[in-house]
Amino acid sequence: MGGQKKGGARVSEDAEEQSPQRLQAILLADSFATKFRPVTLERPKVLLPIVNVPMIGYTLAWLEYAGIEEVFVFCCAHAIQIIEYLEKSEWYSHPNLVVRTIESHKSISAGDALRYMYEQQAETSQIQGDFVLVSGDTVSNMPLADLIQEHRERKKKDEKAIMTMAIKQSKSSSLTHQSRLGTDQLFIAVDPLTKQLLHYEEDKIDHPRGSVCLDKSLLESNPSVLVSNDMQDCYIDICSPEVLSLFEDNFDYQHLRRHFVKGVLVDDIMGYKIFTHEIHSSYAARIDNFRSYDTVSKDIIQRWTYPYVPDINFSGNRPLKLGRQGIYRACDAVLSRSADVGASSVIGYGTKIGDGVKILNSVIGNGCSIGSNVVIEGSYIWNNVTIEDGCEIRNAIVCDGVKIRAGAVLEPGVVLSFNVVVGRDFVVPAYSKVSLLQQPTTEDSDEELEYADSSSGTADHLSGLNLQMESKASELGPDGAGYIWEVCEGAHDEEWKHSVAPIPKDKLAEITQAIDDDDTDDESVVPTSGELKSDADSINTDMNDPNDDYCYFEKEVEGTVLRAVEENIKVDLVTLEINGLRLSYNMESADCAGATFYSMMKLAVDTPHNSASELYKNAASIITKWKELLGFYVKKIDEQIEVIMKFEEMCQEPPKELGPLFTQILHLLYDKDVLQEDAILRWAEEKAGADETDKVYLKQCETFIQWLKEASEEEDEDDEDEEDDD
Amino acid sequence: MDFQVVILAGGFSSNLVPLVSKEVPKALLPVANRPVLSYVLDLLESNNLKDLIVVVEGEDAALKVGGWISSACVDRLHVEVAAVAENIGTAGALRAIAHHLTAKDILIVSGDIVSDIPPGAVAATHRRHDAVVTVMLCAQPVSGPSESGGSSGKDKTKKPACEDIVGLDSWKQFLLYIAKGTEIKKDTRVNKSILCAAGKMELRSDLMDSHIYAFKRSVLQEVLDQKPAFRSLKQDVLPYLVRTQLRSDVSSDQNNVEENGNGKDNMQNNEVVLSQILSNASLPSFHQVYESGLDSRKTHKCCVYIADESKIFVRLNSIQAFMDVNRDVIGDANHLSGYSFSAHHNIVHPSAELGSKTTVGPHCMLGEGSQVGDKCSVKRSVIGRHCRIGSNVKIVNSVVMDHATIGDGCSIQGSVICSNAQLQERATLRDCQVEAGYIVCAGGEHKGETFARR
Repeated sequence: MGGQKKGGARVSEDAEEQSPQRLQAILLADSFATKFRPVTLERPKVLLPIVNVPMIGYTLAWLEYAGIEEVFVFCCAHAIQIIEYLEKSEWYSHPNLVVRTIESHKSISAGDALRYMYEQQAETSQIQGDFVLVSGDTVSNMPLADLIQEHRERKKKDEKAIMTMAIKQSKSSSLTHQSRLGTDQLFIAVDPLTKQLLHYEEDKIDHPRGSVCLDKSLLESNPSVLVSNDMQDCYIDICSPEVLSLFEDNFDYQHLRRHFVKGVLVDDIMGYKIFTHEIHSSYAARIDNFRSYDTVSKDIIQRWTYPYVPDINFSGNRPLKLGRQGIYRACDAVLSRSADVGASSVIGYGTKIGDGVKILNSVIGNGCSIGSNVVIEGSYIWNNVTIEDGCEIRNAIVCDGVKIRAGAVLEPGVVLSFNVVVGRDFVVPAYSKVSLLQQPTTEDSDEELEYADSSSGTADHLSGLNLQMESKASELGPDGAGYIWEVCEGAHDEEWKHSVAPIPKDKLAEITQAIDDDDTDDESVVPTSGELKSDADSINTDMNDPNDDYCYFEKEVEGTVLRAVEENIKVDLVTLEINGLRLSYNMESADCAGATFYSMMKLAVDTPHNSASELYKNAASIITKWKELLGFYVKKIDEQIEVIMKFEEMCQEPPKELGPLFTQILHLLYDKDVLQEDAILRWAEEKAGADETDKVYLKQCETFIQWLKEASEEEDEDDEDEEDDD
Repeated sequence: MDFQVVILAGGFSSNLVPLVSKEVPKALLPVANRPVLSYVLDLLESNNLKDLIVVVEGEDAALKVGGWISSACVDRLHVEVAAVAENIGTAGALRAIAHHLTAKDILIVSGDIVSDIPPGAVAATHRRHDAVVTVMLCAQPVSGPSESGGSSGKDKTKKPACEDIVGLDSWKQFLLYIAKGTEIKKDTRVNKSILCAAGKMELRSDLMDSHIYAFKRSVLQEVLDQKPAFRSLKQDVLPYLVRTQLRSDVSSDQNNVEENGNGKDNMQNNEVVLSQILSNASLPSFHQVYESGLDSRKTHKCCVYIADESKIFVRLNSIQAFMDVNRDVIGDANHLSGYSFSAHHNIVHPSAELGSKTTVGPHCMLGEGSQVGDKCSVKRSVIGRHCRIGSNVKIVNSVVMDHATIGDGCSIQGSVICSNAQLQERATLRDCQVEAGYIVCAGGEHKGETFARR
C-alpha cells in the first residue's frame, strides 16, 4: 500500500513538473510613443486598421495560434475603445485564449506599465511564470512554443538568463541607415555560441557615423563576439518573472530597450543575462511608424504573414476574395468596368469605385465611395472615405470618414486623420499631417509623456471641436475642414524617413553626398588603432595618449562654457566646474586657459553673423562678458602666451573667419586686461624665429606690437622721468 | 607564381639579450641545433616559394646571416640578403629595399617563425580575392607554455586573452578590423560604415596575427611612400588598409584599372553586380555591393587566411618563446625539426660520447661531438655540438648551445647556456641565461639570473 502511495505521489509530482505552465502573454496595447499622431489622438494605435484589420487583431490571432492560453491586455490611452473592440470582436469569449484587460491611465511608458503589472501581481499573482511580452502592434506568425521551451531550459541551467528576445535578419539600407521598417539601425553584439546578448545600440539618426564601442572586458571574456548590423529587433520577448521585479527595482526604467536592456547589460552586480533567438523562416515585425505601416501592409498583401492574410478568416474579419496579381476584392464591391485595379491592391466591402479610376498598390477599406477618374497609388484608404471625381492620391494614409472633394491632390507622405475634409482642388503639401484636432500647443519635449496626456484630454477636445471648426477658416480650402499640423522643430528633417512615401531620389542623392563628405572627416575623428600614436611619436609608450585626452578635455570645457553662456551661470560656478574637469583630466592651468578661450571664440564663430565686423562684435561681447572667467586662468605670462598660441591655431582652422580679425581681437584682449603686454611681446619674440608660414599673424599685428613696444618704452621713460623728478 | 618573398629577419633583438650577441643575430639562434631562419626557409621551399629576399637589420648581422645562407642553401634557393639600418621598423625596412621589389605581389614573412602553416595558402587566398593585403591568422595558444615547462610561465598565462583583436566578415574571408589588444584602453571601437556594409562582423580575440602577409606591391609601396610616418607593418600599414577599405585612395594597378574600365559608369557596374547576384555564380563581396551603391567609390579588399587549429605556430620573440620552441621542436612538434628520432624519442648524434650510468631521456637532443661524463642525467633538453659536460651533471628543460663547457656536479634547470660559455664545478642554475663566452664561477647557486658582461 505504502509503496503504491509513494509511487502515486511521485507520478503526480512528475506530472506537475512536466505539465507546462500556462502560457501567458502581456500585450501592451499602447505604444507609449507619438509617431502615429495625429491619428492616435482619436483612436488608439493598436486599433488602427492594417489591411482592414486592427493591428491588435493580428497580434491576438497570432498569440492564440502560437499556443498562448492567457493574454493580459494592458490598456492605457483610449482604454475604453480597446475594451469595446475586444468585446465586439468576441476575443473575450474565445475558447482557447483567455483575454483579460488591465487598465491604467497613469502609465506613461512601458516601464510604468510593467511596474503596474508587478503591483497587481502582489495582490492577484496572475503571472505564474515565464511570459511573452509583446506590444499590440506586432504582426507575426512565428511559433512561440519552441522559443519558450528554449528559454525555460536555459533558465533552468542558468538562473540569470531572464529574457530571450527574438531578432530577425533585415539589412538596413547603407544609405539611410534605416531598416526597411523605418526604424533606426541597430547594432547588437551576440556571443555566437551561447547567443547571449552582449551589446545593444540603437543608432539615432543624429549620430549616424562614428564607431561602435565595445567594452574591452567583453572581448577578454569572450573569445568571439558577433557584432551585427543586419538584425532587426522584433520586440517579442520571452521574460521570466524577474523582469517585472527588475522594473519595480529600477523605477527609472521607462523604455524596454533604451533603459531596460541597456540597464541589464551594463549592470554586472546582478549579473542578469539576455539571450537572443534568431527567427529565420517566420515573419515578425512591429509597426512602429508610418513607414513600417507601409512595409507591413505590403508584406501582408504579399502573404508573408500567412495565415494572417486578407483572404483567410481570423480575428473576426470578413475574408476577401483573392484574385490574380495579389488583388483582394470583397464580393460586394462595386467596380466600374472602366476602373483599373492594379497589382497588390485590396478593396473592402461595400466600396464603390467609379469610372476610369486607377488603383495600384493600395488598400481601400469598407464602405468607401470613389468617384470617377481618381488615381490612387501606394495609399491606404480606411473605411467610409468619400473621394470625389478627379482626385489624385499618392502614398498617403486616409483615415475613416474623410471627404476629399473633387480635384484635390494629396502629395506623397500625407496623413489625413479622421473626418477631415479636403476642399475642392486643394493640394495638400507633401508630408503634411492633417487633423480636425488642433495641434497641442504645449509640446512636451519628452516624447514618452505626450501620449498619455492626450488620452485624457481627447474627450474635451472633441466636444469643443465643432464650434472651433465653424468659427475658424479651414486650412484645407474654403470647403475643407481640418488643421495642418506644424512639424515640430528638429523632426522636420526626419519627416521623409518615417513617412509612408518612398524616399525621394534627390534626398537619396543628398545623403550619398553627405556620406562622402563625412567619410573624409571620419578619419581624423576616429583613430581606430594605435596608428595615431605611432604617427605622432613611435617611442611614446605611454598608454594614455595625451593628445586624445586634451581633445576630450577641450570638448568638455566647450560644453561647460556653452551651457554657462546659455543659462547665464555665475563665473565662479563655471570656474569650479572647469577646475573639476582640469583635475579629472590632469591638465595644466594653461590648458584650461587655452580650452576656455577656444570655446569662447568658437561660440563667437558659431553665432550667426554676416560679416567680419559682426563676428568681431560677437567676439567682443563674449570676451567682455566672460573675461573674468578667462582672467581666472591667465594669471601667469605663460598661460597668456598659451591663449595667444591657441588663438593662432584657431585662426588657421577652416573657415578661417577669425584670421583677418587676429589683431583686432588681440587688441581687445589687451584692452580688457586679459593679456598683458609682456605676454604679447614675449609671444612675438618666440615667434620671430619661426618659419615664414608660421608668421602670418605676427606680421598682421606688427604695428600693434610696435605700438606696444613704444608704449612700454615711453612708460619706462616716464618712470625714469619721475625718478629724475624726485 | 609571381610572388616575391621578403623575410624580415630582424637584427640583434633587444628582448632576446643575452641570447643574441654580435656573433649570433636573432635569425641564427639555434632551435634544436639549427638556426631559426632555416625553419622559415624550409617552410617556404616546401611551398615552392624560392625567390627570397632576407632583410637583416645592421651590416654585421647581414654578413653573418648571408654567410650562413650561402653555406647552407645556396644551391636550393635563390636568396638575396639585404642589410637595412637598425630600428627603422618593418615598414622602414620595406621602404629601404623597395628597389628590390618587382613582382606583382609580395609575401612578407617574419624570420623568427617556427611553424608548419603553409604560406602558399596565403598566397593563393590573396590571388583568389585579388586582395590588397591578406593576413594569416592562427589560433592563439590557449595557456602559454604547456604544463611540462615548469619554468616561468606566469607572465604568459596572464594575458593571452587579448593579444590581437580581429574582426571578420561572416564567411571569415575578409578582415574588417584589427587592433592590438594591449593598445586598446577601454573600448574597442568598430567603424560603423564598414560594419554596415558587411552586415555582420565577428570580433575574435582568440586569433593571432602570424606575421605572414601578402601585399599587393603597388599598393604597399604607395602607402609606404604616402605615409612616411608609418613604421610598422602590423601597427600602421595593416590597420590603415583595413580601415580605409571602403574608401580606398590607394591607386589600383593595371588589373584594377581594367575592372574600373568596364564599370566606368555606375550603371554598368551595377549591372555587373546584379547579374552576378542573379546568376548566383559567386556572391559578390560586400565591397562590390557597396561600390555599386555609391558613385565614384573605390574599395579594396583585405583578406584573411585562418590556419588550421592543429597547425603549430611559434614566434621566437622572447626568451620564454625560445625555450618553448626548443622544447616543442624535439617534443610534441618533432616533425618540424627534420630529424629522425630514436626509439627513445630522442636524438643522440652518433659521434656524441656518453659516460657510464648517464641517462638521456626522451625529448632530448645531443649534438655532434659532444661529450657527457658519468652519472649524468639529461631530460627534455637540447645540447649543442662539441659541448663538454662533466660527471654528475643534471640538465633539465634547458638549452645548451655549441661548445659550452659544464663542470662536474652542475645542475641546470630551465636555463639557456650560450655557446662557449663555461660553468665551473657544482654551479646550480635555475631559470638563468648565460651569455656566450661567460664563465660562471664554481659552487654558486643562482636563480632567475642573467649572466652577461656589461
